[in-house]
Amino acid sequence: MASLGELERAVMDLLWASQEAATANTLRDLLAQSTRSAGGTAGHEGKDLAVTTVLTVLSRLERKGLVERERGTRPHRYQAVSSRADHTAELMHEVLGSAPDREAVLARFIGSVTATEAETLRKLLGHS
Amino acid sequence: MFWTSYFLAVLAIALAWPVPILLSRAQWPARSPFTAMLLWQAIALAGGLSMIGAMLVYGLEPIGDNLLAGLKSLAGMVFRNEPTTALGFWHIFALSAAALLSAHLVFTLLLTYYKIQRQRRRHRELLALLASPSADAARTMVINHDSPVAYCLPGGARSVTVLSDGLMAALAPDELRAVLSHENAHLNQRHHLLLWAFAAWRQALPWLPTTRLAQEAVNSLIEMLADDVALKTESKATLIKAIAIVASGSTAAPGAPAARMAFGPAESDGGQPGATGGAGALVTTASRVSRLLSPQPPLPEALRYAVLGACVLLLAVPTALLIVPGLLG
Repeated sequence: MASLGELERAVMDLLWASQEAATANTLRDLLAQSTRSAGGTAGHEGKDLAVTTVLTVLSRLERKGLVERERGTRPHRYQAVSSRADHTAELMHEVLGSAPDREAVLARFIGSVTATEAETLRKLLGHS
Repeated sequence: MFWTSYFLAVLAIALAWPVPILLSRAQWPARSPFTAMLLWQAIALAGGLSMIGAMLVYGLEPIGDNLLAGLKSLAGMVFRNEPTTALGFWHIFALSAAALLSAHLVFTLLLTYYKIQRQRRRHRELLALLASPSADAARTMVINHDSPVAYCLPGGARSVTVLSDGLMAALAPDELRAVLSHENAHLNQRHHLLLWAFAAWRQALPWLPTTRLAQEAVNSLIEMLADDVALKTESKATLIKAIAIVASGSTAAPGAPAARMAFGPAESDGGQPGATGGAGALVTTASRVSRLLSPQPPLPEALRYAVLGACVLLLAVPTALLIVPGLLG
């Protein structure tokens, strides 16, 4: 049985790839398929996966603000709030941006450098 | 008692303004970054202690011969409604200011901690979905991004170093090892605790020169310390090359006005936007490289011990002035 973290990842991968809303049942089937094709052997992992587990994963993702539920339809259909590229951009903005407390949140190998600074660096390196 | 408060006030002013300015202009911290780091911590702690201590001692002067006796009588006034006639307006003002400042410092420290933890948790959640564990190194993840980026996200057992595809492609294996050992040094030496404390110190008293100078100095010193660790396993040329490649590759990335607009709210919870970004980082990168290119010998041992002695005195003198009279009396 895959851990919740791995399932979250797998569910997000599916939602990001499809770009349209899917029900927990559909997602469960897709997950079962992918573990069967990837797993090689009998693929009992896929069979073990219950719809309730998928719903748990989806509600965790919803709480994290990564997935939204379409209201009004039964069964509920879920979709990704924003694309994988957008989330990557959000992360990289946090890393590269100049938010005042960023330096306390994470430590970068090199801080932001401007074009002139890069020029100075090249000069410094030229002299060595 | 009276002279104690004046001495502490003078010490507080010296540590808030001229001392940090002199230290931030000095050249020797690049030669012995660890010693300089201790001195900055001593300055910050002694500065806060003497600021609060000066006001406390001044305010308690009429009601006790020493700090402990004064605090005892004050407790009597607060909890048992004893007469407060001995205290003049300025005494009460100083005591309230001391109490407010102490509460403000503790509160800011906790608030900063909470904010940092929240941002890190969110960052880790996204990393778990977007990045994949590196095949080569432990506690390392690779994220799909073109510009060369390397950073570490502290979090106890869940600490992780993140590298971008762009970085992996741009660096040779030995340069990559230098980057990884630099980032691991940050994690192993718990640099995030220093960054947290000095970020909170600045957040609490942003108008005080010492808090800005201290934070910039600490940011720069931890990079030097991490570089020194990387130099133990990799050559100087390798590290310099890695820095140059990452620095020249990341020039295109930061501006990104679209991303800034899209994620504007994230900026709003900090005090002054851009305050620590640009200038501080410039100084850091330039001073790091020039330090590697033209290395200076570390401070002579005698001088290093002198600085350590100064650190001990800085902490011991205000503490002794506050506590010892009470113990003797």
